[in-house]
Amino acid sequence: MESNIKMRTENLDFFYRNFQALHHISIEFVQNRVTALIGPSGCGKSTYLRCLNRMNDLIPGITVKGKALLDNQDIYDPSIDVVTLRRRVGMVFQKPNPFPKSIFENIAYGLKVNGVKDKAKITQIVEKSLKQAAIWDEVKYRINESALGLSGGQQQRLCIARALAVDPEVLLMDEPASALDPIATQKIEELIGKLSSKLTIIIVTHNMQQAARVSDRTAFFYMGKLVEINDTDTLFTKPGLKQTEDYITGRFG
Amino acid sequence: MKRQIIDKGVHSTFLLIALFSIAALSLIMVFLFIEGIPIFDQITIKEFVFGQYWYPTDDPTAFGILALILGSVYVTILSGMMAIPLGIMTAVYLAEIAPPKVAEIVKPIVELMASIPSVVIGFFGMVIVAPFIQKLFNIPVGLNMFNASLMLAFMAVPTICSISEDAIFSVPVAVKEASFALGATHFETIAKVIIPASLSGICTAIILGLSRAIGETMVVLMAAGGAAMIPGSFFDPVRPLPASIAAEMAEAPFRSEHYHALFAIGIVLFLFTLIFNLFADYLSHKFRQVGEASL
Repeated sequence: MESNIKMRTENLDFFYRNFQALHHISIEFVQNRVTALIGPSGCGKSTYLRCLNRMNDLIPGITVKGKALLDNQDIYDPSIDVVTLRRRVGMVFQKPNPFPKSIFENIAYGLKVNGVKDKAKITQIVEKSLKQAAIWDEVKYRINESALGLSGGQQQRLCIARALAVDPEVLLMDEPASALDPIATQKIEELIGKLSSKLTIIIVTHNMQQAARVSDRTAFFYMGKLVEINDTDTLFTKPGLKQTEDYITGRFG
Repeated sequence: MKRQIIDKGVHSTFLLIALFSIAALSLIMVFLFIEGIPIFDQITIKEFVFGQYWYPTDDPTAFGILALILGSVYVTILSGMMAIPLGIMTAVYLAEIAPPKVAEIVKPIVELMASIPSVVIGFFGMVIVAPFIQKLFNIPVGLNMFNASLMLAFMAVPTICSISEDAIFSVPVAVKEASFALGATHFETIAKVIIPASLSGICTAIILGLSRAIGETMVVLMAAGGAAMIPGSFFDPVRPLPASIAAEMAEAPFRSEHYHALFAIGIVLFLFTLIFNLFADYLSHKFRQVGEASL
């Protein structure tokens, strides 16, 4: 079991100035499995997710304590190159955020900044990534048009393709379907299912049905603390704690 | 019913006021053309624009403004070469790199610089900068194209910087985060995402900054040296179009050839800035990014 742990945190604390947003979070993420983080708004699940690729570093006044390990290597170690880390741990955001560039350039960007110069290779990876994200058929004839002309759902799949292009080992998804309609949401969920054979996926969602549908394991956060984590089936059918049960049955949150 | 009447009244009042300002501006243009066109009874447009000699008071007179046009063009290009990189890089620093506290202090100072009266900048160029560059480069006169361009750059930098800064600052955080999340460095994000995304605003900034330089009269009158000849180097004195008008209008007898020629220079200057603004408008539309897609 231990060797299958792709990423884990040990007693992770997160402070924004004097406010402690996360308390001693310890979670293990199994390789090629989907882990869902659920909990009410403001419970710290997004903050926790953004600790895993050090996206929070961009915010002034934060402190992280404890450990976050990727392949047993502490990602907060001073010797870690955060640029390399973010290539290995990709991210898809809550709102689709394509670059104001062409569809092709959106995907090629990550490759270019990571030093891929061979044009044929870039073209090939762009196509492969768009196919992986199940959007190739919709955009193949307009690959040089602006990505901003796509619908919200298409943009979000484009953003997934963009994240996949740099071949990450872990994919963080921050409520990736919360801004989308049900059909686009379904497409994203199907995509998560397919991708999980190759990637370790960690997804934040406030939609419990979604967590139940897409994830193998689910962690329930409340007030900056990890309340309970278990196999998704077990957590939703036989929650170990009253608090979890109240939340998943909709009694609060 | 009464409210509808008031509403209509408001509409017509605003229409009237808007029409008044447009009419006033149009009248100025009409006047400019009426007073300028008669010179072309004496000489052809080609002779006027491409003539190399500007001797409006000699006998025989020569009304060729090529030297003045080139004076304006060179001074504008040279000041642009100084002001555009400076302005944009300062803007990038303020919007992206500077700690918030530094930006809070520096930004208002830069904006304040835009309000320095041009006569003060001209005076500065004349009294401080001219002797300095005269000594530094060992040249006979300090009032020259280089001096004027430098002073115009001073005037353009605050405009270019502050408008570019707004444009750069308004690039959504989400887009920057997307770049970082793909493993881009801060510099790559600035060069490949932030600047392209704010290019439309940066173009507008450059145009507004340089339009000021093209039409600026006082600075070039004071610092450019005023010689109506085609400059051969950076350190030759020049006489841009606005300086010629300002310097000579008071001496030109009413409705004389010289008087009409000066108005014709005004027409040329007007067309100059018009073309510049149209081009700018085209550029800023070309690079405009349409907002986020509908969700």
